[in-house]
Amino acid sequence: MQALVIAAHGSHLNPDASDPTYAHADRVRETGAFDEVREAFWKEEPHFREVIRTLESDEVFVVPLFISEGYFTERVIPRELRLEKWDPDLWESDGTEASDATLEASDVDKTIHYCGPIGTHDAMTDVIVQRAESVTGDPGVGEGVGLAVVGHGTDRNENSAKAIEYHTERIRERGRFDEVRALFMDEEPEVDDVTDYFESEDVVVVPLFIADGYHTQEDIPEDVGLTEDYTTGWDVPAEVDGHRIWYAGAVGTEELTADVVLERTADAGADIGDAVDEIRARVRSATDGDGGSGRADTNAGAGD
Amino acid sequence: MSLTTTAVDALHEAAEADGDLTFDGLRLAVDDDGYRLETPASGWAGLDEAELRDALEAIPAYVTNWRYWRRSIGGEGTARQAFLRWCERAPIDGEATDRSGDGDPDERGSADREKTGATLAVPDRYEALRGGIDREWGQLSITARFVDSDGADRLPGERVYDLRHVDDADTDLADLDAYDDPRTAREIATYDEDGRYRPLKTAPTLVSGWAFTDLSGAELVEAIEFFYPATIANWHRERRGELDVDHWRGTAERQTGIYDVVDELPREAVEWMAEACCADSQCLRRREWQYDEDDDLDADGGDGRFPCREPCSLVVAAARKWAILESEAERTYELELTMSELNQLEALIDAVADGRIDEIREADVNDGANRYRARYLRAKRFDDEGSLRAREVDD
Repeated sequence: MQALVIAAHGSHLNPDASDPTYAHADRVRETGAFDEVREAFWKEEPHFREVIRTLESDEVFVVPLFISEGYFTERVIPRELRLEKWDPDLWESDGTEASDATLEASDVDKTIHYCGPIGTHDAMTDVIVQRAESVTGDPGVGEGVGLAVVGHGTDRNENSAKAIEYHTERIRERGRFDEVRALFMDEEPEVDDVTDYFESEDVVVVPLFIADGYHTQEDIPEDVGLTEDYTTGWDVPAEVDGHRIWYAGAVGTEELTADVVLERTADAGADIGDAVDEIRARVRSATDGDGGSGRADTNAGAGD
Repeated sequence: MSLTTTAVDALHEAAEADGDLTFDGLRLAVDDDGYRLETPASGWAGLDEAELRDALEAIPAYVTNWRYWRRSIGGEGTARQAFLRWCERAPIDGEATDRSGDGDPDERGSADREKTGATLAVPDRYEALRGGIDREWGQLSITARFVDSDGADRLPGERVYDLRHVDDADTDLADLDAYDDPRTAREIATYDEDGRYRPLKTAPTLVSGWAFTDLSGAELVEAIEFFYPATIANWHRERRGELDVDHWRGTAERQTGIYDVVDELPREAVEWMAEACCADSQCLRRREWQYDEDDDLDADGGDGRFPCREPCSLVVAAARKWAILESEAERTYELELTMSELNQLEALIDAVADGRIDEIREADVNDGANRYRARYLRAKRFDDEGSLRAREVDD
């Protein structure tokens, strides 16, 4: 038997913070690739501390629903899961290359395959592009369009920016969009000046965040100039300084993110059959069908 | 109840493979004289296969009981199996069976039986399952019963489970919102009846008015995992004497980042914290963690069914705030209050701490926490900046 645990942050204050975690877990459940699928949280229940003991499977694949390698993936999650002999060096990563490490948890008699975060997996590049397709409602979006990949950025964690720049470069190499830029909230180049960085009239802004909350639903829409006051909502697309800005919140809410979770487990040796194809086919038919959502849900509140 | 040949076949096959099969009072052994079959009330020896089949047909409850637990549920030694057996008062992990228990419906769920944890032998259990056996798990009421009808996918002796709020235990099903997908439990558990987010799943604020019916054993466990995560696993560990308790010191010292400060919380403040957060009125878990391995807290841990083995993330987050607040030095203030106003301050704190605000009647000006009384006190004693007119006294 094999189990999947999706490890996410969660929130004591905002019930929406865990929505993407539940949604992706359900998508994986529906593929039947794992005997057990469980959500686990730092701020909600089951806590990282208790989750493994709720499983009957001997083989457990843990995938952090986080964007970057850093404090949570390298310290908090392994510590709270009681992963014996964990050392960040086991991932042999410089910030974007973490794959997996196989360890024992000291409170249970099970083998734990601890995977890198979803945000740095190559498949996340496809999710960002998929997000651009969803938000514009155009499966062929790219020509004559600029793409801004937005991260938080912080002086405290150099890996935070690495994940953003990594995918930006990969998308740029594909040559699909006329321009691709990495922008940040807390470091240069800043998302506030998004129109300064693009010549294309149409710019798709994709925030590389896991869940919608304060940053994606309040900060960024106001910083970018989509709206003066986030509570009044904004149009998609919105006119800003002669550009048309397409924006639809956290990339982690994109349905295809479940595919990245599965890819992580497959890289770590899970037998997932054709679950990846199943999820991709479903996402593809949804995008071709109604043209995507095209508008963000502005009801999500702030995380903590 | 008629026995299907599949159940007899499966039992026969298992006995052939094992040589000696024992389960829930049933014993089936194969020896040189043929088959030997025993229950607490009857016994046969030297049976050939046809005679064995006839004998098994005479004890259908034992046969279908074996089939349900060994084939439908499985998972020997798992928390899932132990929990489902607890649901129908079956003995768990070789615990003694209470043969005096007669399954009297009036006695079901009574406090005495809950306390003694009396279990039922197969015939009594079968009698009780026809009417349904009720159990309480926090604010959840679980009913284990036989399926209403046998069919192609409904084998004889197959159990199903109904799940609802304890407050709805006597409510007609038609008056409740009916669900069958265990994942719906996540949505039900998210908000309290005032629409506020419940970050603590074991807070005693679960809304009522819903029911899951006809759940399989696996679906029941899944639903409970969403309502009260990890409670079954820790309850099972506790029963087996394997509950690993992480006390306050260890948990606090393990914290890093912004929570690094929580180990500076003074011991007496941890006491106040446990009293504030870990009472039955705030959480249905029973606190098993102490200040340290050999240093118990005085605060009562509560009477919850499931154990709390470690300070939860809410307690750790609150402890951070209190660690910062407790680092402040105490000062002496002087302020003018009448005796009644001093009493009123106490009434206000009590009302907020006990969540009593909504119960105070609009015109009940005798209650110190009445809103008009509070507004009057503010109008009288606060200055223009909205602060209490208090003067710090120099040492």
